[in-house]
This record gives sequence, structure tokens and C-alpha cells, in this order.
Amino acid sequence: MNQPDKVQQHWAATQRLTYIMIGIWAFFSFFIHMFAPALNGIKILGFPLGFYMAAQGSLIVFVVQLFWFSGAQDKVDRKYGMAEDD
Amino acid sequence: MATEAKTDFTSNLGRIYTIYTGGFVAFVIFIAILERVGVPNNILGYLFVAFTIGVYAAIGILSRTMQVDEYYVAGRKVPSFYNGMATAADWMSAASFIGMAGTLYLLGYDGLAFILGWTGGYVLVATLIAPYLRKFGCYTVPDFLAFRFGGNAARIAGIVVLMSCSFTYVVAQIVGTGLIGARLLGMSFEMAVFVGLVGILVCSMLGGMRAVTWTQVAQYIVLIIAYLVPVVILSTQKFGIPIPQLTYGTVLSEIQIKEAALGVSAAASHIVPFARYDPLNFFALVLCLMVGTASLPHVLMRYFTTPSVREARSSVAWTLLFIFILYFTAPAYAAFAKLEVFENVIGKPLGQLPGWIYSYGKIGLIQICGVNAVDVASITAACGRIAGHTGILGLANFAIQADAIVIATPEIAGLPYVVSGLVAAGGLAAALSTADGLLLAIANALSHDVYSRMINKDAPVKKKLIIARVLLVVVAIIAAYVAAGRPADIVAMVAWAFSLAAAGLFPALVMGIWSKKTTSAGAVAGIWAGFLTTLTYLVVTRYFPGFGVDVMGMTSHVHPVTRVPLVDLAKLKAEQPAIFQQGMVLINHPLASRVGYFNVANISAGLFGMPIGFITMWLVSKFTTAPNMEMQNFIDDIRRPRGAAVMIEKAG
Repeated sequence: MNQPDKVQQHWAATQRLTYIMIGIWAFFSFFIHMFAPALNGIKILGFPLGFYMAAQGSLIVFVVQLFWFSGAQDKVDRKYGMAEDD
Repeated sequence: MATEAKTDFTSNLGRIYTIYTGGFVAFVIFIAILERVGVPNNILGYLFVAFTIGVYAAIGILSRTMQVDEYYVAGRKVPSFYNGMATAADWMSAASFIGMAGTLYLLGYDGLAFILGWTGGYVLVATLIAPYLRKFGCYTVPDFLAFRFGGNAARIAGIVVLMSCSFTYVVAQIVGTGLIGARLLGMSFEMAVFVGLVGILVCSMLGGMRAVTWTQVAQYIVLIIAYLVPVVILSTQKFGIPIPQLTYGTVLSEIQIKEAALGVSAAASHIVPFARYDPLNFFALVLCLMVGTASLPHVLMRYFTTPSVREARSSVAWTLLFIFILYFTAPAYAAFAKLEVFENVIGKPLGQLPGWIYSYGKIGLIQICGVNAVDVASITAACGRIAGHTGILGLANFAIQADAIVIATPEIAGLPYVVSGLVAAGGLAAALSTADGLLLAIANALSHDVYSRMINKDAPVKKKLIIARVLLVVVAIIAAYVAAGRPADIVAMVAWAFSLAAAGLFPALVMGIWSKKTTSAGAVAGIWAGFLTTLTYLVVTRYFPGFGVDVMGMTSHVHPVTRVPLVDLAKLKAEQPAIFQQGMVLINHPLASRVGYFNVANISAGLFGMPIGFITMWLVSKFTTAPNMEMQNFIDDIRRPRGAAVMIEKAG
């Protein structure tokens, strides 16, 4: 692989990862809460599920997602030789 | 020597902050002992303020610097974990600390829009913006806009948006310190504002970003301990489990049972979605808060301080974790407080209300039968004036301000004053840390972007740094002066900052990084279009609603559930035409914030500005010459972490 190819592939992989992240973000920011009234029918430890998702569930997803993202993007950078020196 | 000392400091951070945390806990225990031996509460309160501000000041003074990159970006040496803590403190304001739980108390499920909006935005920060700006290597957000979009037109647009979202925000923080001092510590409001001003200046003036970073870490530790302690104790008292975030599920169930018994309709229950905001407004608010988070300069600039792009990314993750700890606790506060009110306040004879009602009624946070709940006699008299009142407190007779919930929880749990003092110190830390960050963002835009980049490009380093400090003090004093006048609208205007940033800065930042075809003309046009659209919607709906209806064809908002218009415009027009002619109307004006387009509340004005900003940027870029090869290579450069920063400042 020569350098320009690597640059292009690195960016393509970065874009792919970003789109996945934005997809997860959109799902847990908006989509799932559209069903909050229905989800509230399910109760866990006293929490109506719809309420729980907006109060904690989505937040936990965001936190885990960001640690995962920072590892995954670093892998992409290293794979194409675009990572910073350690 | 200087670098050696610095390295020493960075490698010892863990030990330093562990000792600091231990010292703070020991101090709280010491105060608890003083309380036991009978030292009066107001002295204890002052000790809390003096000790915490003293520590922040010491950190600020120890971190003084005369180097440009230390002043603007803390030498880019802040490890991601600590930058995460500092950013969390930078982010969580007086409103998050004092007001958020109360908003959830009042709005129930719909208040969770703020919880979602103020956390999810960090996904956008991490994936779309922050690592790329870190690679670029700028000192301020307008710096990036100027470089990417060819010069001062973009820089000025960026500065205008930055100022308009940050200034009201910093004023609100100083008002916050005033309120905390007045309500919890018994100071006069003006005195507390002055203390806040001093607290902010000692932390930021001598050391710029470097000093602000290390004080913000210290402030995070204080604010998170202070936020968790009361509600953890409350949960332990009630359930024997010190995890309120889990136990409040049971509380929610009990609340629903109580609601049914008190005759609250099922549709208005605490847990029912979309009873106060309809789905459109709920999701519009979530979107505006998230996108605004990702565009606010005082947040973005914190990620300029990490040693690498990699650490900028992981730092966003740490930030969100530290914010999460507070935000997933806030709904627990709301639930515990609501159950207390339903169990021990509503439905009780007026003579048998718990004592905390009067403690907070005296400072205007609780009203019963329309008057501040000062004592039994006054509320009995007020309720007696209501025809048919039986002497039993009904739901409709009771009003509590959002700010009361967190403040009152220690007393609800029957805890000694030391815990209230701790909460005051935490609120103060939240207000001061956010004010520091905002003030630095404003002053740096003026000193770096306006002075060093536009007025006197060849100024020597020493002069630049003196100018930076003078501007910092001037902006701080102006903000404190405005705050001392207790501007009524300030809290509402903070929410505006998110819509303004979302519409004004987000499209330009994202397109600048993610689209090579966006041109300078496109970006500048897009920034102004998005920003002015949002600003117009905000100002017209809030201050000139009559003009909005008559000239701009706005209609009344509708009730979220019944869909009935809040104002019958035709009837009102026929009966009181003068109402439509008034300008700069007050918040209680019958039309203020009740009219608009498509039923979108003005807090979500960014919903109009964002797409207009993006579309304008895309359209104008289509018809102007694409960026040259050099610029396209530069964009490639910021997209890969490897290699030197694109913009390297003259060493100073």
C-alpha cells in the first residue's frame, strides 16, 4: 500500500466508525424515547422502562460508547500508520 | 528547572489530588466537630467558603505563568483523566448543581430532556469535532474558523457567536454564586457576588488555562462529593442501601401510588412522557442541547489542552463519565423530594407541616396558598382567605421553586448543618468552575483573536499576556456588575446559549472538518444565517410577540396534551389590541414565549437555525470556488492524528 492509498483508506475507515457512532447516538437519543409511553408498561426494580432509559439507560450507553470509540479509533489509526507516537 | 518541576507535578497528580481529597474530607469532619461543640451555623458556612476559595486561590497562584501556550492551553500537558474532570467541572454549572433536580421535580419525565441533552452531546464532541481541533492546534475556536475559512470575516463571525452565547452564561454563574451565598450562607446577595468575583479572578488571572485546569479538577472533587452525600444518606436511611440511583425505582412506584391517592390524573403523573412538552418540543430540545454542547467554545477549548489527539478522544469519554455521575443522580433527588412532599406535606393539617417547609419558605423558595411559607400563622391566614379551605394542605395550595430541591434535601433527611454547608460549597464550586471556563473563553477571544490576530500582530509575548489579563479582569467586572443588578431573565437566557451555539457554530465546525468543498464565503454566510435566524426567533417570541403575530405570522403554541391554543389570538386582538403593540414585554406578558412557528418553543430555536445554517453553507459553497489544493491538504492533515500540529504558534 502506498501512502496516498493509506490516507484514503484511513479516512474511509474513520468515516465508517463515525457513522456507526452517530447511528448509535441517534438511536439512544431519539428513537428509543419515541416509545417511552409503551416502554413505561415494563417495570424493573420499580423503574418504568421508558423513564429509566431517559434517566440512566441512554446515558450509560453514551459513556460506554465513548470509551469504546476512543479505543476503536485508535486501532484504526494504528492499522493505517496514522497514529501518533506513543 | 521549570520543565522539571512541571513533569514532577504531572507525574504526581494522583498523589496530590488524593491528599487534597483526604484533606477536604478531614476539613468537613472538622466542621462537623465544631458544629457539635456549638459553633454557630453562619460561622461554619463562612469557614466553608473561606477554606474552599482559599484552596482554589492557592492553586491559581501556584499555577501562575508567563508563557503563552501555558496561558492559553495549559502547555498541552493535561492527562486525559484530569482533563475529563476539569471539563466536567467546566461544564456543570450552578444550574446543573442547584436547579436540575428541581426541574425534574417540576417537569417529571419531560425534564429528562435536559439530562439527555446535556450528556449525549459529548458523543458529537468526541466523534465529529474535538480530536480534529486538537490536531489543528489552535488556541481558540475562532482561530480554527479563521484558518479554515480564510481570514477575519469568519473569525469575527465566530467571535460574535462566542460572545453572545458565553456572556449571559457567565453572568448567570455569578448570579448563581450570589444566590448560593444569600440562601445558604446568609450573606447579602451583593457580598456573595463580590466573593464570587474574587474567587473567579484568583483562579484564572495569573495562570490562565493552566491555573483554571488545576482548580477545576479540585472543584470537581468538591462538587461531586457535595452532590452525592445528602442523597446517599437519604437512600441509606430509607432503604439501607447507599445507592440512591437504584433505590429511587421503588420511590417512583410509591410516588405513583400517592399520586393516585391525591387525585393526580394518570396523564399528569411524574413518570408519564410528553405531558408538559409535546414530542416535537421534547426531541427538539434534546437535539438543541446536544448540538449546542458540541459547539460551545468553553467546552471545546478544554480539549486543546491534552498532550495528543488520542488523549483528546479518551478525555471526552472521561468527561462524560464524570458528568454522568451527577446527572444520573439528579432524578433520584427529584424522586426522593417528591415522595417526601406527598407523604409529609400534602394532605397534612397546616399546623403539622415539617420544619424544612418554613426554613425554605423564609427565603422565598416555597409558597403555600400564594404566600411565602414563613410560619404557621401566615400560611393559616393565607389559606383561610381561600373560600372553603379546610385547613388541610391540598396539592394546589403548594408551590416549590426548582432551586429548593437540592438545597432542602439535607434538612429533609434531618442532617446537621455541616451537610448544608457542604452543599453550599459544592454549588459554589460548580458556579465558579463554569464561570472560570467561560470567562477564559471570552477573554481569550478578545486578547488572542481580536488583539493578537487583528489589532497588533507583532506584539511581544509579554505585552500579549498583560493585555490578556487586563481583558480578563475587565470582562469579569462587567459580568459581576450585570449580575449584581439581578437580571430577571438570565436563567432563561442561558438555555438560549445552546440554540445560538448550535445554529451559529456547529455547521461551520462540522463542515470545516468533514467537507473539503465548503468554502469561506459559504461558511461565513452559513454562520450568519443560522445565528441570525435563531436570534431573531428568540428575541421576537420572547420580547416582541405582538410583532411576531402581526407582521411575521406567528401563531399561538398549543397545550401539549389537549392541543388547545394557549392564547386565543383572535379574541385577544378584538378585546385588547394594545397588547399586540407593546415591545420589550416582560416575562408575564400574555404573549411572551407563547407564540411562534409550528408550535416550537423558543428554548429550541436552534431547530430553525441549524438547518438554515447548513443549507446556506452548502448552497453558497456550491456557487463559489472550491478551496484550493493547499487548503484541501490541510484538511487531510487534521483528519489524521500523526504528524505535527497544523498551526504552530510562535514559541513564547
